[in-house]
Amino acid sequence: MQATRRAKLILQDGTVFEGRSFGYEGSTAGEVVFNTAMTGYPESLTDPSYEGQILVTTFPQLGNYGVPPSGGDDSLKDYYEGSRIHCRAIVAQDYAFNHSHWLADRSLAQWLKEEKIPGLYDIDTRALTKHLRNHGSMLGKIVIEGCDDVDFYDPNAENLIAKTSCTDVLIYDGVGAEPRVFDGTELPEAPEGKKTVLLVDCGIKHNIIRCLLRRGVRVVRVPWDYDFTGLKYDGLFISNGPGNPDFAGKTIEHIRKAMERPEPICGICMGNQLLAKAAGAQTYKLKYGHRSHNQPVRRAGTDSCYVTSQNHGFAVDNATLPADWEPLFINMNDGTNEGIRHKSKPYFSAQFHPEASSGPRDTEFLFDEFIELL
Amino acid sequence: MSSAKKYNKVLLLGSGALKIGEAGEFDYSGAQALKALREEGITTVLVNPNIATVQTSDGMADKIYFLPVTPYFVERVIEKERPDGILLAFGGQTALNCGVELTVSGVLEHYGVEVLGTPVRAIMDTEDRELFVEKLNQIDVRTISSEAVESVDDALRVANSLGYPVIVRAAYALGGLGSGFCDNDTELRALVEKALSFSPQVLVEKSLKGWKEVEYEVVRDRFDNCITVCNMENFDPLGIHTGESIVVAPSQTLSNEDYHYLRALAIKIVRHIGIVGECNVQYAFDPASMDYRVIEVNARLSRSSALASKATGYPLAFVAAKLALGYGLFDLRNSVTQCTSAFFEPALDYVVVKIPRWDLGKFHGVDRHIGSSMKSVGEVMAIGRTFEEAIQKGLRMIGQGMHGFVENKDINIPDVESALKMPTDRRIFVIAKAFAQGYTVDRIHELTKIDRWFLYKLYDIYQTSCELNKFDTLDQISDELMRYAKQQGFSDFQIARSVFKDELLGDTDAIIARVRTDRKERGIVPVVKQIDTLAAEYPAATNYLYLTYNGTTNDVDYLGDGRSVVVLGSGAYRIGSSVEFDWCSVNALMTARKEGWRSVMINYNPETVSTDYDICDRLYFDELTYERVMDILELENPHGVILSVGGQIPNNLATRLDAAHVNILGTAARCIDRAEDRHKFSAMLDSLGIDQPRWRELTDFDAIDEFVAEVGFPVLVRPSYVLSGAAMNVCSNDDELRRFLKLAANVSKKHPVVVSEFIQNAKEIEMDAVAERGEIKAYAISEHIEYAGVHSGDATIQFPPQKLYVETMRRIKKVSARIAKALEISGPFNIQFLAKDNDIKVIECNLRASRSFPFVSKVLKINFIDLATRIMLGQSVEKPAKSAFDLDYVGIKASQFSFSRLGGADPVLGVDMASTGEVGCLGDDTNEAILKSLLAVGMRVPQKAVLMSTGSAKQKAEMLDAAHRLHQAGLTIYATGGTCQYLNENGIPAIRCYWPSTPDHQPQALDLLHERKVDLVINMPKNFTGTELSNGRQIRRAAVDLNIPLLTNSRLASAFIRAFTTLPLDKIEIKSWDEY
Repeated sequence: MQATRRAKLILQDGTVFEGRSFGYEGSTAGEVVFNTAMTGYPESLTDPSYEGQILVTTFPQLGNYGVPPSGGDDSLKDYYEGSRIHCRAIVAQDYAFNHSHWLADRSLAQWLKEEKIPGLYDIDTRALTKHLRNHGSMLGKIVIEGCDDVDFYDPNAENLIAKTSCTDVLIYDGVGAEPRVFDGTELPEAPEGKKTVLLVDCGIKHNIIRCLLRRGVRVVRVPWDYDFTGLKYDGLFISNGPGNPDFAGKTIEHIRKAMERPEPICGICMGNQLLAKAAGAQTYKLKYGHRSHNQPVRRAGTDSCYVTSQNHGFAVDNATLPADWEPLFINMNDGTNEGIRHKSKPYFSAQFHPEASSGPRDTEFLFDEFIELL
Repeated sequence: MSSAKKYNKVLLLGSGALKIGEAGEFDYSGAQALKALREEGITTVLVNPNIATVQTSDGMADKIYFLPVTPYFVERVIEKERPDGILLAFGGQTALNCGVELTVSGVLEHYGVEVLGTPVRAIMDTEDRELFVEKLNQIDVRTISSEAVESVDDALRVANSLGYPVIVRAAYALGGLGSGFCDNDTELRALVEKALSFSPQVLVEKSLKGWKEVEYEVVRDRFDNCITVCNMENFDPLGIHTGESIVVAPSQTLSNEDYHYLRALAIKIVRHIGIVGECNVQYAFDPASMDYRVIEVNARLSRSSALASKATGYPLAFVAAKLALGYGLFDLRNSVTQCTSAFFEPALDYVVVKIPRWDLGKFHGVDRHIGSSMKSVGEVMAIGRTFEEAIQKGLRMIGQGMHGFVENKDINIPDVESALKMPTDRRIFVIAKAFAQGYTVDRIHELTKIDRWFLYKLYDIYQTSCELNKFDTLDQISDELMRYAKQQGFSDFQIARSVFKDELLGDTDAIIARVRTDRKERGIVPVVKQIDTLAAEYPAATNYLYLTYNGTTNDVDYLGDGRSVVVLGSGAYRIGSSVEFDWCSVNALMTARKEGWRSVMINYNPETVSTDYDICDRLYFDELTYERVMDILELENPHGVILSVGGQIPNNLATRLDAAHVNILGTAARCIDRAEDRHKFSAMLDSLGIDQPRWRELTDFDAIDEFVAEVGFPVLVRPSYVLSGAAMNVCSNDDELRRFLKLAANVSKKHPVVVSEFIQNAKEIEMDAVAERGEIKAYAISEHIEYAGVHSGDATIQFPPQKLYVETMRRIKKVSARIAKALEISGPFNIQFLAKDNDIKVIECNLRASRSFPFVSKVLKINFIDLATRIMLGQSVEKPAKSAFDLDYVGIKASQFSFSRLGGADPVLGVDMASTGEVGCLGDDTNEAILKSLLAVGMRVPQKAVLMSTGSAKQKAEMLDAAHRLHQAGLTIYATGGTCQYLNENGIPAIRCYWPSTPDHQPQALDLLHERKVDLVINMPKNFTGTELSNGRQIRRAAVDLNIPLLTNSRLASAFIRAFTTLPLDKIEIKSWDEY
């Protein structure tokens, strides 16, 4: 039996789950959400969309395969979706104190300690998940034995997009090339006649950049509020990101302007919501969101269905889509919007994550569809 | 709007008798498919001779044919029924092979029968090794490559191009002779030289020994939508057949990258091959990179898919059947949530462990090593919220006296290191032993190649037992440790043993009860969790449940309304207990439900229909130990518990449950004990004036000699402690008796041996019946074709009896009535009798349903379990009309053996059961029924010649008429020495052939087999001891290995020969069950 400290997860409604600590020994608070994926904790922990959240993994065993080597800041190292852990804490039924994988260079516990992120185990995560399902995602805090109590913290009251977006304009010339900071007014010529994709970083997962670069384009990654409308590009891509889309008013304005131009626009997750808002539709908060690797979506009006990786708490309201827009994908479980497209212009977006990482890659072809439009 | 096409009548092929590699999983998949078809209003026709299955029950299919699943019989059924579609994917390899043959021969096209689901072309691409490799090469998917060579130089060239290590296999050699691994040129040269000395060709293949084995269950619809329902990882590395491996779902040691890399490949493969329905893809996966090879693709429902269905709650067979009808996955609902789509991939919030069950101890001479061929006869599935919890549950479930990973009785392993390297059926317990001897996880990993992750977890369990061992009383144990041990799956027994040590040898039950009370006082109790396919994201509409200590809240709200009726199932399939008890359990559940009770099932066998959450109101997929059953009963507060339909496992719980004041429905525990306890039962028979073979329980050799002097040889000997080999033996003389008792058993005060008089040439008769408060309401008397001495589970059984004296029948009825009354039986029971002349003796009595309940119920068309269940629920039932027992047809139940899978085992029948399955066929007379049933278990009518060695003088005489018939039928008879002489003397021409022990004479019996000059072997051992092994055994083993039909019993051989010489195949009537 491991000698670990006791710890509590206290929900805003007063419900308490008692367990033990395996990560950083310090208390924390955030919004408690659950994810039903069975693999992918390094990817999830570094996914900026989890900013401010306490992640509950329903899969009971955590840490089995350790943690792969990291590549440092802003590196597009595989297996990491951001340059640091974005979750506030991670909670599971059981933690594997001994991991096993050829790629691992340290344990999850070590990594969490390095990044000062608490980890809890011996929590009835199924009971906790059912509670969140019935009462909705809610605030919670983790108090570790011997550590100070903390106040509840509501990440949704904050502009998380600003918090997780890059601060410089970065140019990626291709796979493996180091990004260059750009601070001029006119983009340099793309090498070898590559097309340029202007990528708005609302808290981007690195695999979106990798997926684009692998398709032979140059990526210009700009901060969420950067006014890119004066730049020359072949296509506009709006990334995923954490929290409430209402904070991204500036991005929405820029997208509206971009819609006056002919270049194709694509978005993922937050990108879907921002594109919808720019088009005039509305978004709302889901009771407990979609966070899993197994969300079924159907391409509207076809017999084609896809298993998708998802991580979002807000959704586009189908009923508010303007007349020249239509749903592109629909969730086969609850009928919510999973993507939109313009009826005549080359604008489309997906609520799910075609870049996967973690999760199934069955919809990666959407990147191809976007690239073909350029 | 539905996407399905319209079909009126669909034919489904079953898998026939249960055998190693093809077991109960196909009853489950077939039953699901039939349900899916009937929902559509399609008329269903089923061909399956396995009469004990649920799928061959009344109401499951519109027409049921108890006929062999062979092209000949299926064609005749098609000719008669004219279906417009056929399903091939639900009856294992048997159905698939039959369907492919019918397609190739043009029969399906001729009758306009469409193959539904995966097209036959795609099936053939996956079945034919060359086509398969070529097909996957087209999409750059890697397969395991091998090359055939005929010289050492070629072997070296191939090995160097593949890269060491390589595996060398001698072509055309049976039993893996000449195979092995080579790490370099020197080793290869030595091995290939040797292999080429007895085989003209050797295969050199890249060795992936030590790679992980991972599989994915993939579903595809005709719109090209694909999902992987489950992935599974083998605990044992490549080299051990997946059926022999401990399997974990979902994978535990794969990263997200690994998981989705293989998942995406699986989908690519399935799309390229063009599967419509379900299929599985098996990989070898490098533990140190992302290199992989595809091992195989099964284009049908499989053992793995049944396991995946149970592991996830996703009904693969049901969905596959709907997809075969043309539906898209988007048309179908998730049958657990009933509100979300069937197009999704289940998310598990628990861990599933499958463990095989072997019965190798039942066979003489079998090799206990596990490897690339399957030898296990059943499996269990354990669910927990940690791997430790699940594996310890599972190790108890396999039912071989083990209590989990630790705290077991010591096993005798002289050389742990080699036992780790060369795994046997006991390998996991060798790991426990290795830990105790100080082996590290790394060292064990080096020797076994089992991923360290699993070993770390096992080591954690071992460490907890060490911590517990430090204490001598329960109150010294902290609450944390107690709870942690339970979370790691420790049973109360394991905790008791680690704390109380030798003290436990006293009143075990009382000490275990102390642990239970102690932990309950500390509030350490398990909670009930639901399997819902979506890890709690959506509520489940079904009650598919398991218990765990890794949790604090129950998923079920217990009403305490006393409306539950709990049925205890039969556990792992094993020799002696299989699908027949699943049928009984399912029928008890259906009756309970029909009568307005909440039907509750406890069972843990993933191959069954009783563990389908649709079949009952609540399914607890959990242990059948006293501890777990009580945990459940304390939550359920049921009206009562049914113990008598799940075979011996639930029956054995009667006394303890009764002591805990559980309401046992049916016959009282006190009476069950009177029948189970040899001494009490014997005394009761004496007091009722009922005869039984003389027996005595003895503890030393003098007493044994004295008793044998009284009853005479042969005697049946049953030791209570077995060192090796079979538990029971018949000994014909002093020599054999002494050898058996010295070598195989340990006779002492602590381990007495039961010696019984063995009556030769007696008939064995079975009484299956249902009684209400001591009065028999329905009964079926059946007779064995073989004389007593062949285990009732191996015997060929005829019902109604055709050759019993009326007087014998009357006596059996009377004696049975007396026993039923004395034991106040309410429910099912079975009595076995010996009859010689008109004397009858009782040899066994079980106050529970027997193996033959489904057989007699279906032949009689009176459901004995329904009757019994109604009685147990307190109803008074009407006796069926007398005329219902008057049949003008005959049923024959024949046994299926799996000797071909059990390398080295002597395929001979004795007092210990060896068969793995059975069929039951109906006929207008014995000949017809026997012919159908023996063809259904793989016998073939000989066309050329028969090889006879007919044992003792008596057996020779018994076979004379049959030999005469063979001759009349124009078949050549080869016979060994004595048999040949006897036949010639009696005017039957026979050609003499020679035993392997006289190799200088020609023709050699073995050559006749190898050259396939004979197509039936009749070989009777002279006695039951197994001493005259070598000669007879070599012939029998060769027959099995060369797939030549073998008969070893004179009565059965005579019956078969009489049948096929009297009744030509084309005169066999093709009649469905309802036409009898």
